Amino acid sequence: MKKQIKSNDVMLHTLTRVVTFIILAFSVYLFFAGHNNPGGGFIGGLMTASALLLMYLGFDVKSMKKALPFNYTSMIAIGLLIAIATGVSSMLFGYPFLTQFFEYYQLPILGETELTTALPFDLGVYLVVVGIALTIILTIAEDDA
Amino acid sequence: MTVLHWATISPFLLAILIPFLYKYARPIHTGWFVLVLPLVLFIYFIRFLPVTSDGGVIEYSVPWVPSLGINFTVYLDGLSLLFALLISGIGTLVVLYSIYYLSKKTEQLNNFYVYLLMFMGAMFGVVLSDNLIVLYVFWELTSLASSLLISYWFHREKSTYGAQKSMLITVFGGLSMLGGFSLLYVMTGTFSIREIIASVDLVTTSTLFLPAMLLILLGAFTKSAQFPFHIWLPDAMEAPTPVSAYLHSATMVKAGIYLVARLTPVFGGSAEWFWILTIVGITTLCWGSISAVRQKDLKSILAFSTISQLGLIMCLLGLGSASLYYGFETETALFFTTATLAAVFHLINHATFKGSLFMTAGIIDHETGTRDIRKLGGLMTIMPITFTISLIGLASMAGLPPFNGFLSKEMFFTGLLRASELTIFNMPTWGILLIVLAWVASVFTFVYCMVMFFKTFTGKFKPENYDVHVHEAPIGMLISPIVLGSLVVIFGLFPNLLAYTLIEPAMAAILPNLLAENQVFHVDIYHWHGFNTELFMTLGVVLIGTFIFLMMKKWSKMAIYLKERDPLNWFYDHSLSGLISGSQFVTRIQMTGLLRDYFVYMCVFMILLFGYTMYRYNAFAIDTVNVTGIDPFMWVITIMFIASTLVIPFINHRITAIIVVGVIGFLLALLFVVFRAPDLALTQLLVETVTVVLFMLAFYHLPELRKESFKPRFNIVNLLISIAVGGLVTVIALSSAALGNEANFESIAEYFIQNSKELAGGYNMVNVILVDFRGLDTLLEVLVLGIAALGVVALIKLRMTGREDV
Repeated sequence: MKKQIKSNDVMLHTLTRVVTFIILAFSVYLFFAGHNNPGGGFIGGLMTASALLLMYLGFDVKSMKKALPFNYTSMIAIGLLIAIATGVSSMLFGYPFLTQFFEYYQLPILGETELTTALPFDLGVYLVVVGIALTIILTIAEDDA
Repeated sequence: MTVLHWATISPFLLAILIPFLYKYARPIHTGWFVLVLPLVLFIYFIRFLPVTSDGGVIEYSVPWVPSLGINFTVYLDGLSLLFALLISGIGTLVVLYSIYYLSKKTEQLNNFYVYLLMFMGAMFGVVLSDNLIVLYVFWELTSLASSLLISYWFHREKSTYGAQKSMLITVFGGLSMLGGFSLLYVMTGTFSIREIIASVDLVTTSTLFLPAMLLILLGAFTKSAQFPFHIWLPDAMEAPTPVSAYLHSATMVKAGIYLVARLTPVFGGSAEWFWILTIVGITTLCWGSISAVRQKDLKSILAFSTISQLGLIMCLLGLGSASLYYGFETETALFFTTATLAAVFHLINHATFKGSLFMTAGIIDHETGTRDIRKLGGLMTIMPITFTISLIGLASMAGLPPFNGFLSKEMFFTGLLRASELTIFNMPTWGILLIVLAWVASVFTFVYCMVMFFKTFTGKFKPENYDVHVHEAPIGMLISPIVLGSLVVIFGLFPNLLAYTLIEPAMAAILPNLLAENQVFHVDIYHWHGFNTELFMTLGVVLIGTFIFLMMKKWSKMAIYLKERDPLNWFYDHSLSGLISGSQFVTRIQMTGLLRDYFVYMCVFMILLFGYTMYRYNAFAIDTVNVTGIDPFMWVITIMFIASTLVIPFINHRITAIIVVGVIGFLLALLFVVFRAPDLALTQLLVETVTVVLFMLAFYHLPELRKESFKPRFNIVNLLISIAVGGLVTVIALSSAALGNEANFESIAEYFIQNSKELAGGYNMVNVILVDFRGLDTLLEVLVLGIAALGVVALIKLRMTGREDV
């Protein structure tokens, strides 16, 4: 029986460390830019998922679990709950389900900023997309049957 | 609910109690409890005789489903009363007979009496209800109860076969009858027979007249065992003999007769009704009597004899309906009513003598252990009472004086002879044939009666033929046949007892509107009516019949004599097995279990449906006006797109195919870019990446053993179907674009463009639509994704460990 030689992927590791942050930052940008520019919860979520996948490819699953102790399955549930909660909250004020509101506020540092209830809804979408992409891929990848 | 309603459904109520009576009153034969009911009902119905003989009718209605015009209306006139008396009267005698026939120790009496009472109640419902739907409900209940009774000894294969056969045939007829009733409703707007007869003009002038008539007749013919639907009756002889006596001679098989008689005022007077009834009746008469001669089993002889006699009655009803053609020319019309008179009279006579004959056959079976006429013989001195009753019954059936069968047979001939004088319906041409056929049938009737009599009672008694000690039946078993036998004699000697009590009111019900106010049909039945044609015909029947019987040794060697089963059974058996193998054949073609075949069916169906629709509505349209100049860049992408799509079927390696699919996905993203959809392009890119990763994972997990690179099989049919689907979808897309332009609808996009910023505060219209205008779609799509992820987890993590059952 041959002993498997553990390869040392220095290049991959180093690049991953750098690139991941760029991708993550880009995904966060996509997420927030969604309302006025191309992007949104879905794309941002997929982008985040690909960043995380890159990390899973670069490092092994065990250390990734240590670094990112998320339960992606519950992430799906949390995302769905947030999305539904934003929808329900409008009902509390006597509006139909999923009525969205927006208002402009003068915030320190950011200046005039638009705050909208579509954002938490998009956050829900974002969490669900990240959750499902990683759940599916990790479940299949870890399967050794 | 009046007393009459309660009387109609009382058998059902008693049937509910029977299991308790059977369980808690074990020492007493359950039949004794049952016996009371038909007796009381008989006495109750007898009390209506004065009412109906004065031409009165009784009608009570209870709403059942009033919104649909379905009411439980009981209607009592001469015809209903006649049948009600037959049902309750013979019911009483049959129950009494069954008490001695069925042992309380070995038989499941609770089942028997529940079924029997169910049948009795259903039969009352059929003859007493005025509403066609209620009539139909009770009609099917008689079929059901009959099947249950035939399969009473359900462990015998022949019983279940007979039950299934009678069920299939009678329910087939019943359902078509329902269709006929519905057509009557369509024509007249009511289910009430009274009201339909009152508005008969609507029926006779309607184009639905013939379909309704044929469908209803199908019901009547199957129930009354008319040719060629008679084949169930001989197989129904597997039932216990009381059942055969009650259902298959006196009551149920006459339900069809009742229906025909009841609806004669609606359909009668038309040539179709006349000819169908007459021809079917006369065919059944001949077929039944000729088949009966071949039988070796007492009950089979009686079964075919019943078939033949029912044919006779049916034929007479057909002949009698001719008088309605003449309508108010009363003198001419009344001349032809003899046939109806004969039908009603023979109906009563047949119930009496056939009931008694079945009972004696049952006694012989019960006391000797066999019904085979080849084994029986010489019972005259051993069973004198049974012998006497049989003699009376057989003589009456054969049509010998002084019994009632003679009278009805004479009237049958009279009716035929008079009908042959009709100048309508082509009668002058064909009438003589009817007379000849009827006469031949009478000869054979005479022959089988003689066969039955001489083979059973005369000759030498051979004790070795029987397994049991042969002796006369107990007196209790003999009471019922004695009563029926006496009725045969009484009605034979004093036929006019019935004339104005039962027969005339029944005729008035069958042929209403024929009589003027306060006028009655002239009913005078007498034995001696001079030397006329009828008498000579009867003499001929006796002479030829005797001659044929004496020559029996000769003709009984003929092959046809040995063929006991009706040849028409061949058709029934083969169509039943053909139905099974045919449906199996279709199932094998259609349900292959291969997904690719189902996919082919779906595609072909889609092609045919859409293609036909487009052809039918002439929806092909191609509009080149709105096609703007195409960018060369688009050409390049499109050609690459098409090229990589065309390559896929020719790729032999999975991994290559996956990569090419990925290429197509990226080209699609590029197309989105070209068409200015940045969100879509981004999503498409990312999704394609993730999908390819998933494909690779799935490829990695393909099982080791079957890991083979395969070449997709080439199949010309699949190619054609694919081309057709693609072409069709292209044509539909082009046509809908062209037609859409033509219709010039305003797009909703304008609204989103204008209001995206004002109402939702966002410039990215796609995202605004996704999260704001149509946020519910997004919410549910996200839910779909979540469910898919959970599904993957469940499929992979929760694997079954081999022995678990699903």
